Amino acid sequence: MKKFIKIATVVTAAALIFAACGSDSDSATDTTMAEATDTTMAEATSEAFTFTNFTPFEGGTVVNCAPADGGPIKAAWVYVGPINDGGWTQTHDAGRNYVQEQLGDKVITTYKENVPEGPQVEIVIDDLVKDGNTIIFGTSFGFQDAFIASAEKYPNVCFEFATGYTQKNNVSQFYGASEDTKYLSGIAAGAEAPEGAEIGVVAPFAIPEVIRGINGFVLGVQKVNPTATVKVVWTNTWFDPAIERKAAESLISAGVKAIASFQDSPATGEAAKVKGIGWVGYDSDQSVAFKDIWLTASTYDWGPYELAKIQAVIDGTWISGDYYGNLSDNFISIANYGSKVTQETKDLIASERERLTQAPSAEFTGPITAQDGTVKIAEGALPTYGELMSMDYQIKGITTDLPQK
Amino acid sequence: MNNNILIIILASGVFYGTPLFFAALGELFTERSGVLNLGVEGMMLMGGVSAVWASQHIPGTSWFVVLCSILIGAFAGALVAALHAFLCVTLRTNQTVAGLSITIFAGALGLSSYFANVWDVASETVKHPIRILNPGGLADTPIVGPILFHQTILTYLSWVLCVLSVVYLFRTRTGLKLRSVGESPQTADAVGINVAKYRYIHTILGGALAGVGGTYYSLTIVPQWVDGVTKGAGWIAIALVIFGFWRPDLTLLGAYLFGALQSLGLTLKSRNIQINGSILDAMPFIMTVLVLVIVSGGWAHKRLRAPASLGVPYEREER
Repeated sequence: MKKFIKIATVVTAAALIFAACGSDSDSATDTTMAEATDTTMAEATSEAFTFTNFTPFEGGTVVNCAPADGGPIKAAWVYVGPINDGGWTQTHDAGRNYVQEQLGDKVITTYKENVPEGPQVEIVIDDLVKDGNTIIFGTSFGFQDAFIASAEKYPNVCFEFATGYTQKNNVSQFYGASEDTKYLSGIAAGAEAPEGAEIGVVAPFAIPEVIRGINGFVLGVQKVNPTATVKVVWTNTWFDPAIERKAAESLISAGVKAIASFQDSPATGEAAKVKGIGWVGYDSDQSVAFKDIWLTASTYDWGPYELAKIQAVIDGTWISGDYYGNLSDNFISIANYGSKVTQETKDLIASERERLTQAPSAEFTGPITAQDGTVKIAEGALPTYGELMSMDYQIKGITTDLPQK
Repeated sequence: MNNNILIIILASGVFYGTPLFFAALGELFTERSGVLNLGVEGMMLMGGVSAVWASQHIPGTSWFVVLCSILIGAFAGALVAALHAFLCVTLRTNQTVAGLSITIFAGALGLSSYFANVWDVASETVKHPIRILNPGGLADTPIVGPILFHQTILTYLSWVLCVLSVVYLFRTRTGLKLRSVGESPQTADAVGINVAKYRYIHTILGGALAGVGGTYYSLTIVPQWVDGVTKGAGWIAIALVIFGFWRPDLTLLGAYLFGALQSLGLTLKSRNIQINGSILDAMPFIMTVLVLVIVSGGWAHKRLRAPASLGVPYEREER
């Protein structure tokens, strides 16, 4: 009998190990430890770094993280999923490829994929720094603590972090107003569903970044379908196609008439396809593969900002700050429409897009009421940047509760 | 009526239990011959990625491509299993270590992902997914329709396999020989059964079935290749063999139970019943431990225990 207990223990242990493993993919070639970087805190020069929607942190100074020998800049990306996830990580890797194409032999890019959120991130960063990378991009919210710890450990390395909030002299934060494009995609979902119907959302983690986006989506739904309600199922994973599909099926079986997913894979589309209901995707354009049920999606273009920041390293003008892209600089956009979207809806989305290009976040113009009935944004007021970033409540119209903490 | 929550849970149990059953049935054959295969996860993933390749590259009508994809998925799993058989039967290595190495070597971070990159099969949905098939309108029958007949061809095939396996194991001479190899290879050898041959054949057969299980993931559940798409299903399959007391019929029921558990949490959440999903995810393993306790003594120990020589390499000279 002991043997079977042993086997069972091994199986369980292996399953745990399996769950905790990340992968390692390295396209950098040579590893020269000696590529020590020399940081000189240069005083702000006249040719300071500028970029639309980028605000340097107060009191920040220029960090020189170019290699001392004048060789190519080594830049690395740390991804939470595989580069071919058909969503989030894939669009980030498209940004990396864009940077590599634009800068050619002036930069050597590397990436680490499938890095689990947790202590392993710091080890991955240690390796990247040892390999001579002097600018490192992090692309998942759960990496933040490790990135901040590493930034303290390596003041000579520039860190760029997507979807976080912590400010440091060598850590920039970059993201964008995807709630605005989620709002636009919500219009497509609201128009697709019958009046007063339920609409489903497959969502990853209940953190402000995601909740804000869902609220934007719901406002879009209500723009065209004021009595519609929205059900949200939290998967507690960014990327797990099988779970995403199950979550979508559970919503469809509960009676939703259109569905949106803010996950990193197109699995929700598969479940929607079986029942033929309209689907709003995320990150990537699936209008070809799912043409019958596809509505649209909110998409990102990471490349231009990343290119500008690496160019800044080359120019010696890199400075940390906050980048919050929006429709005006094309950081966010809306994917091609599927055949279900009517011309009337397309026209409405186009005019709303124009409005939000002029006035980002305008969909959150008050009154905005939380689920419990409290008014969070007063009539006629626009939310402040801080209010947007810390949005931790679901708005009225969402019928499911937030998961308990 | 067909939207009743119980029916939905049972239907998803069958849908998500099917790949678990294929992999577990394979593991059952392997273990019945006395070989422990912890490489199921790797075999599933190799099967899955090869099936996607086949689906993208083989020309022809849809049903023909689907058939070829399933066969190629099975073949890839069998190929990896042949390596495991060589390590365990010919080289007589430690079976636990061999199996674990195969999962690491072929699994989510290894060969399967490497082939996915080399073949460039990811990032678009497969051309010929295995779709749900409604045999003769049976899916419209109340209650049993959505549960049993709103499924894919692989589910229907798995029922046939389940019946055949029970007959094979318990009603045929070869099945008897197989079980005796797993119980006491010395005795089997003494009566002239080729132990190595039986172990090779059933380990490879096991790998082929694991490959079909992987194919179900990449052509049905998520008809697109994503690295590590099985997410540990291979480990659940191994637990399932224990849970099903090394019997195909009980394993099938266990697979549906474990399959139902996988989506139960989300089904409840979408009806605004908040429950802790992690506990549900752990349930297959908790239940397997309970089964281990049950079979550890008394009547159950005699009737339902594992093959006596499971995990022990056979050496003729050893006494």
